[in-house]
Amino acid sequence: MTEVTLDTTSEQPDFGNYVSLLKPRVMSLVVFTAAVGLVVAPGSMNLVLAFASILFIALGAGASGSLNMWWDADIDRIMKRTQSRPIPSGKVTANSAMLVGLWMSVLSIGMLGLASNWLAASLLAFTIFFYAVIYSMWLKRSTPQNIVIGGAAGAFPPMVGWVAATGSISIEAIGMFMLIFMWTPPHFWALALFMNEDYTKAGVPMLTVTHGKRSTRKHILIYTIFLTPFCIGLAFTSIGGPLYFILSILLSIMFLMGAIKLFRRAETAAVADKYFEERKVFRFSLFYLFILFSALLIEAGFRALNFNLAAWPQVF
Amino acid sequence: MTDEKIHSIRKKNNLMLGLVLIAFVVLVFSITIAKLMGGSTLEAYDHVRRPQLEDTK
Repeated sequence: MTEVTLDTTSEQPDFGNYVSLLKPRVMSLVVFTAAVGLVVAPGSMNLVLAFASILFIALGAGASGSLNMWWDADIDRIMKRTQSRPIPSGKVTANSAMLVGLWMSVLSIGMLGLASNWLAASLLAFTIFFYAVIYSMWLKRSTPQNIVIGGAAGAFPPMVGWVAATGSISIEAIGMFMLIFMWTPPHFWALALFMNEDYTKAGVPMLTVTHGKRSTRKHILIYTIFLTPFCIGLAFTSIGGPLYFILSILLSIMFLMGAIKLFRRAETAAVADKYFEERKVFRFSLFYLFILFSALLIEAGFRALNFNLAAWPQVF
Repeated sequence: MTDEKIHSIRKKNNLMLGLVLIAFVVLVFSITIAKLMGGSTLEAYDHVRRPQLEDTK
């Protein structure tokens, strides 16, 4: 008989530590945008299959989060914002994070394929690959454009949701993709403005680190301007409508005003009020995306109830 | 960390994992049923009377 002894020297990870490997807060945003993509798509989908599709898209996002934590454990240890993640805090080993990530990827892709269709599953596979390999392993540490291109990973979920429901990629799916894709840089750079120290310490070439905060403020403004036509343009597709249009105008104006304010602000003023305006713009950007996607959802509700304007122009 | 504490954490982990696995089984079964039904009922040809197979003698 072999004797079994408990290893009492290392920490015992609990279930919650594994859950936090999946980045639940990012996942909640993925669940929301993927669900909107799926619900606003034309045609009806079986409720069980729709639920399963959203669940496995979210699980795929969680898998890529776990792979990201495995790969970035070294810089997560240095940055204050990420020090309490399961690997740097010593709860979960880097190796188990990798295994969780890989197996969850396989499971979520396979199950999404079975529950919906294989085009959606391939898109999910590409999303995971894009986030884990292209963004985490390659771009994040090599170029200040990291989040511009990496933002694509976060932009895929509504498209995957749409494809799960319809089986094909169309202009509306691309429109939702572009909205998140263009939104990510100003959103993330606003965060980088007040989290700059972390990135400097960890040697991550954020725009704030490589080109300075002045240049970052300019970039935020430029990207917010480029975001605006995509935001408003979505109103004139088959998933848009008057409510979305009005909200997109209002939110665009508010976002642009915030970006202009950040652009005009001197660094000394920002330091003096502990980046109050920067934090405000960052928080607003989350609100902005949430409201726009909610509006798409409400427009879909209107269409389902036949409560819509027949004369609403559909340009795209 | 004491043995007792480790045991209690592991017990909770096993329980949670068990629940996740059960939920997964239920989900796979539900997907199977949903796919088989394909928007209609599962009852098909063999549940209706088929006069052509009945003994007419």
